Amino acid sequence: MITVLLIFFPLVAAILLLAVQGETSKRIAFGLSLAELAIWFYTYIAFKTNPIDASLSLKKAWIGSIGASFAVSTDGISLMMTFLTALLVPFIILSSFKGKYSNVFYALILLMQTALMGVFTATDGLLFYIFWELALIPIWFICLIWGGEHRGMITFKFFVYTMAGSLIMLLGLLYLYFQTNGSMGRSFAWAELVQAGKALSETEQGYIFWALFLAFAIKMPIFPFHTWQPDTYVVAPTPGTMLLSGIMLKMGTYGLLRWLMPLVPAGVAMWGKTAMILSIIGIIYASCIAIVQKDFKRLIAYSSIAHVGLIAAGILSWNVEGISGAMMQMIAHGINVVGLFFIAEIIFNRTNTRQIAELGGLRQVAPQLALLFLIILLGSVALPLTNGFVGEFLLLNGIFKYNIGFAAVAGLTVILGAVYMLRSYQSVMLGDTNPRTENVLDLDLNEKIILIGLSILIIGMGVYPKPFMEISQPAIKTLLETVKN
Amino acid sequence: MAQLAWLVPLFPLLGFVIIGLANRNLSKSVTTLIGSGSILASFVVSLLLFFEKVSQPTPTTVHLFDWITAGNFSAKFSFLIDPLSTIFLLVITGVGFLIHLYSSGYMHEDDGFRRFFAYLNLFVFFMLLLVMGDNFVVMFVGWEGVGLCSYLLIGYWFENTDYNNAAKKAFIMNRIGDLAFLIGIFLIYQHLGGIDFNTAFNITNLANLAKGNPSAITAITLCLFIGATGKSAQVPLFTWLPDAMAGPTPVSALIHAATMVTAGIYMIARSNALFSLAPLTQDIILYVGLGTALLTASIGLFQNDIKKVLAYSTVSQLGLMFAALGVGAYSAGVFHVVTHAFFKALLFLGAGSVIHGMGGEQDIRKMGGLRQSMPITFWTFVIGTVAISGIPPFAGFFSKDQILAEILAHKGIGITAVAMIVSLMTCFYMFRLLFLTFFGNFRGTQEQKHHLHESPLSMTIPLMVLAFLSTVGGFIGFPHGIGHEMGIHHWLDGFLAQSVVITPNHFTAGQEWTLIGVAVGLLAGIIFWAMKTYVTDGKIPVKDSEMEGLQKVIYDKYYVDETYNRLITKPLNQISSGISNFIETKIIDGGVNGIGHFTKWLSSGIRTIQTGNVDLYFFAMTISAMLILIIKLFDK
Repeated sequence: MITVLLIFFPLVAAILLLAVQGETSKRIAFGLSLAELAIWFYTYIAFKTNPIDASLSLKKAWIGSIGASFAVSTDGISLMMTFLTALLVPFIILSSFKGKYSNVFYALILLMQTALMGVFTATDGLLFYIFWELALIPIWFICLIWGGEHRGMITFKFFVYTMAGSLIMLLGLLYLYFQTNGSMGRSFAWAELVQAGKALSETEQGYIFWALFLAFAIKMPIFPFHTWQPDTYVVAPTPGTMLLSGIMLKMGTYGLLRWLMPLVPAGVAMWGKTAMILSIIGIIYASCIAIVQKDFKRLIAYSSIAHVGLIAAGILSWNVEGISGAMMQMIAHGINVVGLFFIAEIIFNRTNTRQIAELGGLRQVAPQLALLFLIILLGSVALPLTNGFVGEFLLLNGIFKYNIGFAAVAGLTVILGAVYMLRSYQSVMLGDTNPRTENVLDLDLNEKIILIGLSILIIGMGVYPKPFMEISQPAIKTLLETVKN
Repeated sequence: MAQLAWLVPLFPLLGFVIIGLANRNLSKSVTTLIGSGSILASFVVSLLLFFEKVSQPTPTTVHLFDWITAGNFSAKFSFLIDPLSTIFLLVITGVGFLIHLYSSGYMHEDDGFRRFFAYLNLFVFFMLLLVMGDNFVVMFVGWEGVGLCSYLLIGYWFENTDYNNAAKKAFIMNRIGDLAFLIGIFLIYQHLGGIDFNTAFNITNLANLAKGNPSAITAITLCLFIGATGKSAQVPLFTWLPDAMAGPTPVSALIHAATMVTAGIYMIARSNALFSLAPLTQDIILYVGLGTALLTASIGLFQNDIKKVLAYSTVSQLGLMFAALGVGAYSAGVFHVVTHAFFKALLFLGAGSVIHGMGGEQDIRKMGGLRQSMPITFWTFVIGTVAISGIPPFAGFFSKDQILAEILAHKGIGITAVAMIVSLMTCFYMFRLLFLTFFGNFRGTQEQKHHLHESPLSMTIPLMVLAFLSTVGGFIGFPHGIGHEMGIHHWLDGFLAQSVVITPNHFTAGQEWTLIGVAVGLLAGIIFWAMKTYVTDGKIPVKDSEMEGLQKVIYDKYYVDETYNRLITKPLNQISSGISNFIETKIIDGGVNGIGHFTKWLSSGIRTIQTGNVDLYFFAMTISAMLILIIKLFDK
């Protein structure tokens, strides 16, 4: 039941919010998202007391005739993902600038949260698909209504691209569904789909691998399916970009972990390496583009492609180290990328430019901004004792176990990440001021609260990652064993 | 006592947090008190730890908390206190404290005084983690952490673009080494089953691996060594260190001379169990070390920036330390780290005192005759110069002598001659520096001459303490051969025996005396030559524009930076631009948009058929039906 509450509380909150007009809507939305975070903590405590507590999962017949049920469950992996969602939404709401957005905007964010919570907890294939598609709708409206220049064309491309991926995924899931043959007939249940997948021939599994992988690869996105992403991230209003990059792209990595790898093991054996090579190419490819990128927001978008490529490669390596690293990095990347986009928004708001070359010297006029930006940057380049390091270290270790050469190439992110982040930090923050930057104000209270909060998370998770690591360890083990047997 | 070892890094961390958070609310004197006091407190604890290890050398592990655990992988936050780590603790906190004290005078007029102390404390914290970690991952934490502080402090004056570039270059070059280090850690985990020193250096584990898969040990040690070349500025990753002189001088003394750059030596000495099993890697270390030493010493001969000379000298001395490690003389390498920390910190601080007195001037062609107006700086600088040149009985002599003796014993006279040449070059450029700075006539402006003054006590006291240490510090490693005769024990070898393999001593007192005699004779000749050139004849190095031929090539550092720029930086930028402007926009996104356009084109094509003309539909239907019939006929 708690899981159901976790999913539908934001929906109720969104509906309530429609009744609120004006400035207060942001504050109320923020309060409601905090309540959702509290619900998550309640879930966490229940999980801590008993990881297989009955209240953590629910299964109700739904469309009985086709064997689809409303089945949700929270295990360690889901708990990490719901944590990410519950944690970031308050930050995202708080970071939206005053006066720019209406109550509908916040309602859409909360609606989005419902869909995300559903994606991360669904254990029924059809339900998963429905939440998956549901997540697309609010973000599409957010981009379309509050987006920047050329938003019509760009959001259209985004919508069609991801929709195409989803439809192919549906085909793959349906194919598996028609192979299920449990005691109760056909079923969309995760466990049944896993059994059905195993029984398929290698070639069939190979096709399904690509059907599912494509959907996840587009969502993350992975090279070469990424071209919708930079435009969309740039044109979306910053809270939308944060939703997309902080949480929504993890639908793809989570899908890979839960809905691809265990379902078609032979398909993975056949094509996993190819997928991994794509992911790793993406790391280098996106890093290189980030190095010469002139637009600050776009630079962060490309750095996100590089990071997510590493996460995907870690999951594909399919060992404890790689998956544990992916779990940590999904949270860490969410926190860091929200921080980076917020910094970009702050700077844009004050200087009216996103062009790196037009900035400079902000360190002199806004030392607090400079310091907090630096901490987030360090998390992003995975300096030890920041959250980024734990994840990246384990990811590379996992990839190394899979193939030494892959790890060496993927490891270039250690160097390239430093190159593009330090380069942009230098041209934006250091050096001398110019007429555009000389009168920039330092952080206000609201901004300080957000950035300090994120910084504490970055360092806290880097110094003492144990509580986070512990959540997902047993679930990862179970998942690995599911595939082995 | 050893269980309280966590206090050592705690004090500087607290110092950093307090100064960092309080920032503008602290007066400069309180900042000094907290900043320097924290290091002094660490030094006191380090001393206690050290004495405990002197009487009880067995290693102690201090477990703090479990850090990263995933499956079988486990990295604990634990410290290892043994003779090797305590020696480093003493150097870091001892020399560190003196440099903090010095900074309170040197940086007094700087607006960022508190920020400076915060960074410096943070650096010491990470440096302590580096040498205290009981596994490779904690070592790596310190390793990258000091890299960060180095970045922050090189670019301390952040308005200056050149300084920022130097900082960025240092960080990125270090990261190249760090990647290799990371891969080395993964290899260790894979082949030895754990990344803590206890598991990784377990004798049975190592013996099995050496028998079963010796190339794995070579791979591990090579990766670690590449990591070391980054942090310790060896070929090919050495070019960041001379640029790093952009940072304030105390930073150069602490980070880029006495402590951080010796991290590579520490890492290899710590992993001596592994390196001793990898003869190929050892040879590579020897040759890279010697090559670096020779290359950079030759560059040092022609530099005219007081800090640049010392920077190249540091790289060169580090090269000698690596050469020692390369012949398995770990103790000798560590010994030179210790003495080098004394005299190089002294020389840098002395240089800082000179720069301070000269109002920021660093070009030795514009100095001269400073010995009258800066007597303390002068005399301490003389001691530093004598010590680094290897003149007995000053500190550098003992450690350098031991390195030369070890190389001679293992690799014969040819290789030793190279090391000897490096020593002679060192002696020459150091005396050149000394003479040009402190002797002859003053060559600066009238205004500078008017302002010339000895530095305040906060700066000269550290100079005097370091001068004292540079004078007597060598006795901890009295040569075996002679010492045996005189009844003086090689204390350091004995102390380190718990931590590193000690190579047996090969030389009799007679051979030892010969080696010393030859070295001293040659050094005397070099000093005489330098004196004649720069004092008696009063020669001043020519202006940059008048340099030509080989001198210009060497002065311009053999164009290594330019070559890297052409071979790596530029291509990386060009490839990146190519990807960004062509592959990304034209091919990949172009392809995606192409599919979209194709669909649009196809549907608009199909749309034209939908005319609503029933005759046409009927006609098409008839034709199609006929075609099907015909195909069916032929099918049979």
